[in-house]
Amino acid sequence: MHNEIHTAEHKPTSNFLSAVGAVVWKDLAAELRSRELLSAMLVFALLVILIFNFALELDPQTRRVATPGILWATFAFAGTLGLNRSMAVEKDRGCLDGLLLAPVDRSAIYFGKTISNLAFMLIVEVIVLPVYSVLYNTNLFNPGLIVVILLGSVGYVAVGTLLSSMAVQTRTRDVMLPILLFPVVIPILIAAVKASSGFLQGLALPEVMPYINLLIVYDVIFTAAAYMVFDYVVEE
Amino acid sequence: MIAVTKLVKRFGLKTVLRGLDFEVQEGEFVALLGPNGAGKTTFLRILASLSQPTLGEVRIAGYRLPSQASAVRHNLGVVSHLPLLYGDLTAEENLRFYGRLYGVQELSQRIDEVLELVGLSSRRRDLVRTFSRGMQQRLAIGRAILHDPNVLLFDEPHTGLDQDACDMLDRLLRKVAGQGRTVVMTSHDLARVEDLASRFDVLSRGVISASANRSKLGKSNLLDFYRQALAG
Repeated sequence: MHNEIHTAEHKPTSNFLSAVGAVVWKDLAAELRSRELLSAMLVFALLVILIFNFALELDPQTRRVATPGILWATFAFAGTLGLNRSMAVEKDRGCLDGLLLAPVDRSAIYFGKTISNLAFMLIVEVIVLPVYSVLYNTNLFNPGLIVVILLGSVGYVAVGTLLSSMAVQTRTRDVMLPILLFPVVIPILIAAVKASSGFLQGLALPEVMPYINLLIVYDVIFTAAAYMVFDYVVEE
Repeated sequence: MIAVTKLVKRFGLKTVLRGLDFEVQEGEFVALLGPNGAGKTTFLRILASLSQPTLGEVRIAGYRLPSQASAVRHNLGVVSHLPLLYGDLTAEENLRFYGRLYGVQELSQRIDEVLELVGLSSRRRDLVRTFSRGMQQRLAIGRAILHDPNVLLFDEPHTGLDQDACDMLDRLLRKVAGQGRTVVMTSHDLARVEDLASRFDVLSRGVISASANRSKLGKSNLLDFYRQALAG
């Protein structure tokens, strides 16, 4: 007879954190090998800023005004590509069932996927920013802008991970995610563009703070909402 | 070990399971037979806590679904026709990942044991996407027994395997079932299950239409029993 000493059942918090860590580790390890997701996101993001560069031929003054919009459009489109791919990997080989069969709170799976999606998005942003600076001859190394990009990315990925887990269960998953996601993230994109624009134009912090506050509130509310509903979203 | 009472499952207007009753004692190996579309996979997904019943009661190892799903999952190992494995991770990494999700203690030692059992020790550092279908299915069984569950659910595990791989899988199934575990396996391949199971249940028109123990049935009568169950 098999024994029953192998599993730890009575440490919910450590089990939760261990499960979150396991999902993050799995996603990063798999991506380190395949580089499918990151390379797709990166190539797409670089192509977008290159096309904007040729298409708009902006003078330096207009560039400063247009930069936040171009940046966030690039991040949003590349992010959608990554979110779709990240969840499709789980669905295609039945691995989502494997995750759902585990005796852990299902929100641990959500947080694990969210953290790894955020890591992929931040890696792309870290590479895109210097390339953008060179192509558009604009200095983007502004601490305020970095904070905005971080806050905006957290909100975008928090909602995106939840909606991608819904979209992946539909037949038209590639089309479904942007249709579901973009209307929901409009507030975060507007706030991120406005705050980024404020920092790039050298506005005082109090003038930008309302948008930063909006980003923080959005991040908290949508992360909490996703935490509460993820179990129902993945339930058959 | 498994007790299902008056189970109903509807998808919209379509009723797949119609008041199904099902009971399995500890250590039994039950083959759940039935034609395509009979609802075998739907039933197994409910037992696996991946799908919720519309009506009825399901208990596994004394725990009720869906309210005690986490406790049920501790006691369950599931193998389907999909491997539930990550192609870009090695065999060992896949087991390590699932071991962490299940909170398996002394994980490295347990991974060694499981890889030895499924005959993949020599391929432990190879990526799963380089494995044949049969090897992936053996590793899937390793994944399912990693946390030492009491109950194993197999959903058409032979799908897509060649004859040699099926034979090897059968030897492995006997080995893991022979360790005192309770097993439910769906199949529509009578020849494949007649040597494995201790009991045969036929799922037809949303209920268990017939049930017979192997000792009473006799090997050569399985096909007749199955046909009568479907006709009746």
